[in-house]
Amino acid sequence: MASQEPPSPLRMTYREACKQALRQALAADPRVFLMGEDIGGYGGCYAVTKGLLEEFGGERIRDTPLSESAFVGAGIGAAMVGMRPIVEIMTVNFSLLALDQILNNAVTIPYMSGGQFAVPLVIRMATGGGRRVAAQHSHSLEGWYAHIPGLRILTPATIEDARFMLIEALKDPNPTIIFEHVMLYNMEGELDPAVASVDISAARVRRAGADVSLVTYGGSLFKTLGAAEQLSKEGIDAEVVDLRVLRPLDARTILASVTKTRRCVIVDEGWRSGSLSAEIGMRIAEEAFFELDAPLRRVCGREVPMPYAAHLEDACLPQAESIVLAARELVRPS
Amino acid sequence: MPALGADMEAGTLVQWCVKLGDRVKSGDVIAVVETQKGAIEVEVFVDGVVSNILVPVGERVPVGTVLARIDGAGEMPAAAEPVAVATRTPTPPRAAPEVRRAKPEAAPQASRQKVTPVARRRAAELHLDLTVLKGSGVEGSIRLADVEAAALIQTPPPTVKKGLDLAEMRKAIAAAMSRSKREIPHYYLSDTVDLHAALAWLEHFNAERPPIERILPAVLFLKAAALALHEQPKLNGFYENGAFVPGDGVHVGWAIALRGGGLIAPAIREADKKPLAELMAAMRDLVERSRRGGLRGSELTSPTVTVTNVGDRGAETVTGVIYPPQVALVGFGRVVVRPWVVEDRIEGRPVVSLSLAADHRVTDGHLGGLYLAAIARLLQEPEKL
Amino acid sequence: MTNEELRSLILELICEIAPEADPASAGDRDDLRETFDLDSMDFANLVAAIHKRTKIDVPEADYNKLYTLENAVAYLSAKAHA
Repeated sequence: MASQEPPSPLRMTYREACKQALRQALAADPRVFLMGEDIGGYGGCYAVTKGLLEEFGGERIRDTPLSESAFVGAGIGAAMVGMRPIVEIMTVNFSLLALDQILNNAVTIPYMSGGQFAVPLVIRMATGGGRRVAAQHSHSLEGWYAHIPGLRILTPATIEDARFMLIEALKDPNPTIIFEHVMLYNMEGELDPAVASVDISAARVRRAGADVSLVTYGGSLFKTLGAAEQLSKEGIDAEVVDLRVLRPLDARTILASVTKTRRCVIVDEGWRSGSLSAEIGMRIAEEAFFELDAPLRRVCGREVPMPYAAHLEDACLPQAESIVLAARELVRPS
Repeated sequence: MPALGADMEAGTLVQWCVKLGDRVKSGDVIAVVETQKGAIEVEVFVDGVVSNILVPVGERVPVGTVLARIDGAGEMPAAAEPVAVATRTPTPPRAAPEVRRAKPEAAPQASRQKVTPVARRRAAELHLDLTVLKGSGVEGSIRLADVEAAALIQTPPPTVKKGLDLAEMRKAIAAAMSRSKREIPHYYLSDTVDLHAALAWLEHFNAERPPIERILPAVLFLKAAALALHEQPKLNGFYENGAFVPGDGVHVGWAIALRGGGLIAPAIREADKKPLAELMAAMRDLVERSRRGGLRGSELTSPTVTVTNVGDRGAETVTGVIYPPQVALVGFGRVVVRPWVVEDRIEGRPVVSLSLAADHRVTDGHLGGLYLAAIARLLQEPEKL
Repeated sequence: MTNEELRSLILELICEIAPEADPASAGDRDDLRETFDLDSMDFANLVAAIHKRTKIDVPEADYNKLYTLENAVAYLSAKAHA
């Protein structure tokens, strides 16, 4: 293995954190290899895998044909026989072509084989809107995947989670999907040097508050934190919960937050109807109904194919302003 | 929060005497408020049902703050104007109504009230009737804060200090007296009154009665001062906005010195009309309540004139400072025995120095002198008082 | 009632009228009105309270016999046994 550890600075982009995670995984375990479109020679559509081909060679960094069903299937097969493949599907938009593989093979083979086969497959996908790539390329379908039993769904929204969630995902014998929101790749931040690993089971309170819980994940986290800042200037103290894991949901953290604040706004970039926000809202209604002091509210993606024009796309996505509005209405009804 | 004195700016609510849903009528005491003058009972002047309690026990709020809402349920909309309490103070913008009758908005449609789950649960725990609460939550729902505000009236926090704070009272007196001296051009007159007839009558009166029914000389002074105002009504009232406003009756503020320091002058209403025994009882009751802290708001705001009697251990003469916005203060000194000319001889007679401090913007010395003469005359016929 | 009891009673009634008073501060010959800052209303209330508790009616003419503890006890004692 021709690899030299370049010194890893503690300040890095989300993209760089993803790459470092991959490098760490490749270096630590020879069973780990990468598959995906344009990940090798091109360095990855979002430049996450840039330089990895040079570092780890073509056996371990494998460019695939333009066929999601084929290479996801190949990944399932490799996992079944003891490899630890990390399959990159360029974006969630294209993953639909591999949905049958994921749902009907990756998830069900362990069950249908009576446990004879495990599928320790990790799939990474870019997701979300905001890049002006219009109707076919801007979906947020994490909620759909979170509907499927047998999958673990991870949505790292911070540099730290991007850096360390992958390592834990590789330890999980179940198929795991990691969603990287396209608007996060350029985000820069500092890693806490004391942190060398993270869990892949719990939600986390990113900002403690007392008046209203803002529950969100992925690309919406930073808009939600921005909304919380704005709200604090108005004297409304918002608590921000980063779900981190969409399946299985950390209901305990969510319910503890809502029990404390008694009000909740769920921020979910997916289309509103039948979105993950509906599931979270229902969980809260089922288990914390008597703690609520206001109706449940959500801020979601508008139910239209994503427009191309910048101002229209922005209007279709959750924004800090709409989150502030929803939260304010609960705390100070007009 | 009523203005219970010309200079009052804020008060602390120390006790609610009603709860949500209670029916009240005009004159009922609704709460107790702590002011520089001690704990004062606040009355309402409307009939209705308490629909909202807005200020929790222990909170200090400025004069004019709405403390509670009373719904005049079932009354015609025409009657629903804010009822202003007749607070006789020269700061009209601040002397806001104590309670405002709520607008008769459409009652929540009979079917269901909107109550949040946690509010409903808390109300059940506290045995609160939700039907009389107004909600401040989403879509007008009753929320936790509404229920907790209602609950607060039931449990006064232990940290609230009840009773008289003499330092605060001293500040109030200082403010009022400074203002009086600044704004009111005082003139002073005095006279000496032969009390021979009055005290002889009183001795006879008291000898026939058990201790609890006996009357003090001060009662005679009070009655005489009150009656004499019929002859000089320009000493009974207020100076407001550049003009004299006569009082709507003779409500004498009786100056009471509090043990340990402090002075307060609550009203004995219609003092000119009350028989002596009733005046004595009223005086006794006021002294007791002044010390204990059970005075009513209306007693502090309604005096139309003040009488101060220094009593048998005070100075021979007292010349007072008018309590604004009143226009006169009558003073009685210590009863002393002095040589007096009776017909052609000199005798020792019990006499009292009677003084008047009056607002020169309203009356002059001549009129003031006639008033004192009237008092002196009345005191010569005590049986008619 | 014994003289001691009368003395205690008088002090007790005074303390009801003057709650901050220290009963021990009154010497037998001190003027009670001075010691406890009692005005004529206070004194009238005291006489009424004595009447209520002991049934002894002190006429106004005799008030000056109650001004000291010593005199008051003597007077009330005599009246009680009369």
